[in-house]
Amino acid sequence: MSNTKPKLAVWKFASCDGCQLSLLDCEDELLAVAEAVQIAYFPEATREVVEGPYDVSFVEGSVTTPHDEERIKEIREMSGIVITLGACATSGGIQALRNFADVNEFTNIVYAHPEYISTLDTSHPISDYINVDFELRGCPIDKYQLLEVVISLLAGKRPAIPTHSVCMDCKLKLNTCVLVAGNEPCLGPVTQAGCGALCPSYNRGCYGCFGPQDSANTDSMTEVWRHLGVSDDTILQTFRGFNGFIEPFKGASERLEEHKNH
Amino acid sequence: MELNVMQPDQLDDLIQGISLADYQVIGPMESNGAIAYEPIESADDLPRGIIDHQRPGKYALQKIQSSRFFGYTVSPFSWKKYLYPPVQTLFKAERNGQGIQLETDSHDVKYAFIGVRACELSAIKIQDKIFLGGDYVDLHYKERRENALIVAVECFNTCETCFCDSVGSGPEIPNGADIVLTEILESGEHYFLVRSETEAGQEILNQISLKDTENNHYLIKDAQLERVRAKLKRKVQTTGLKSKLLKNPDHPRWDEVAERCLACSNCTMVCPTCFCADVFDINDLDGNTKRERRWDSCFTSDFTYIHGGNIRHSVKSRYRQWLTHKFASWQDQFDSLGCVGCGRCITWCPPGIDITEELKALSIPPNQYKKGEINHV
Repeated sequence: MSNTKPKLAVWKFASCDGCQLSLLDCEDELLAVAEAVQIAYFPEATREVVEGPYDVSFVEGSVTTPHDEERIKEIREMSGIVITLGACATSGGIQALRNFADVNEFTNIVYAHPEYISTLDTSHPISDYINVDFELRGCPIDKYQLLEVVISLLAGKRPAIPTHSVCMDCKLKLNTCVLVAGNEPCLGPVTQAGCGALCPSYNRGCYGCFGPQDSANTDSMTEVWRHLGVSDDTILQTFRGFNGFIEPFKGASERLEEHKNH
Repeated sequence: MELNVMQPDQLDDLIQGISLADYQVIGPMESNGAIAYEPIESADDLPRGIIDHQRPGKYALQKIQSSRFFGYTVSPFSWKKYLYPPVQTLFKAERNGQGIQLETDSHDVKYAFIGVRACELSAIKIQDKIFLGGDYVDLHYKERRENALIVAVECFNTCETCFCDSVGSGPEIPNGADIVLTEILESGEHYFLVRSETEAGQEILNQISLKDTENNHYLIKDAQLERVRAKLKRKVQTTGLKSKLLKNPDHPRWDEVAERCLACSNCTMVCPTCFCADVFDINDLDGNTKRERRWDSCFTSDFTYIHGGNIRHSVKSRYRQWLTHKFASWQDQFDSLGCVGCGRCITWCPPGIDITEELKALSIPPNQYKKGEINHV
């Protein structure tokens, strides 16, 4: 990166805006971020647009339309570094539930004039279309992780974004395990850290919004939940949440579905 | 040193005496459905009449009709969280005009641990060897450890997951404590048998008017310890274990356990002897940095990441590394086992993988071993 301030763009695809809001949510650090980078394209924050190319593009959302498929390639071409933000961009998001069903059926039920809808049959993570330099997980992302990425980019070092389980961070906080001591169904063992073990810290189970950790053993997790008395349907629906279309959560829910149908 | 008798209401005198000697008193208390070792102010904070039930993948407390102070076995986290904190700032580097100002970690609190179990004291001694032995002393551990006062309490109950006896770390309290307590509650009598083992311990006890023991007190104490020993059903056959583990890296049992292992790292995080850590530099936008040390685990893929990738791709290889380190290569490294039989890794493993069971299965020669031969409960 040159000595001038890096040019930052923030792009939106199919998503709820929650992840790009995390940038604005940086509050205390927001001014320092704005000092350190040139916010060149960020419609959620400012109408001012500085033309590309951009040093860094943050991309939120998943690819769900033919138009998206073209746009993401253009963004890749005009960006030095592409970083995807959140469950939609990194796994297809909750809208990837359509991938397990018939999207035409949905559009017929939801829209008065489904003929106006131009959509793909499936919702895909950004990395299914272009090379992505770094992914930040979560629904939404964690603002401290976002800051770590921004600071690391500026410092020229690898961001310290662990891909291990939520349990690691939960134990670092010295929490009592909600699964073992509270019989609470918790996806912490198979979910990637990053949230600061938010839900278990408030005595509820993790529902996997950061997606699978790098060594997730989902079949063993399924067995643990069965022992807690959770129905296969509930387990299936839990794996098929915000990160349902990313392996190995995808495979776990498909095996449960197969098991149900036999 | 000499064994004396202390009345239950003098337990608070002991706590206050320790506190007056400028220690921060840490003891067991009930917190959020578990026993936690936390700062306590008086004997009223202790978990009176509360026992714990621990089995593979399960933990629960129960309130019973008893005035016993130390009826539970061990808490989810050991004393390691004080001597070797899970997250620790090693130093801070702040920009100061043209220069950089360094601020190193310093710890001026003296801890007193009340209720250290035999297995836990054994674990502290193992960590002493790791952090204080040899040429490279960990100064952060040293300043916490050297100032700590240890009040050990003999176990009265055991949990299903306990196996201190068979790994030689209990149930009798090993040397290394400052004060040792045995809580006796039988035949309608409730009292503590107490002895000091160090000068620091004796100075504290000198402030309390203790009674002399009678002959039968020794018998009562021994009998209680033997009852505890008899309750320890879980065993590890340590004879010949090292070579069995090191000679069988391809034992079929490794595949079976890897199918259950979640690679979640809970076992290593609750283990009182596990000592691995990673170091991170945390920067801010103003160019300041702090260097943090955090507990790490051999179950993560990052753990063996070097140039070109990680060495232990499979969960199988990570589980094998952990177990063979604990029971085999630890012996070469530190001249002891790396396990004290506290059972935490069994209790806090969500699928309830039981290392004693795995070791039993792995001790069967691979060619005689039948899949699933030793079944988990």
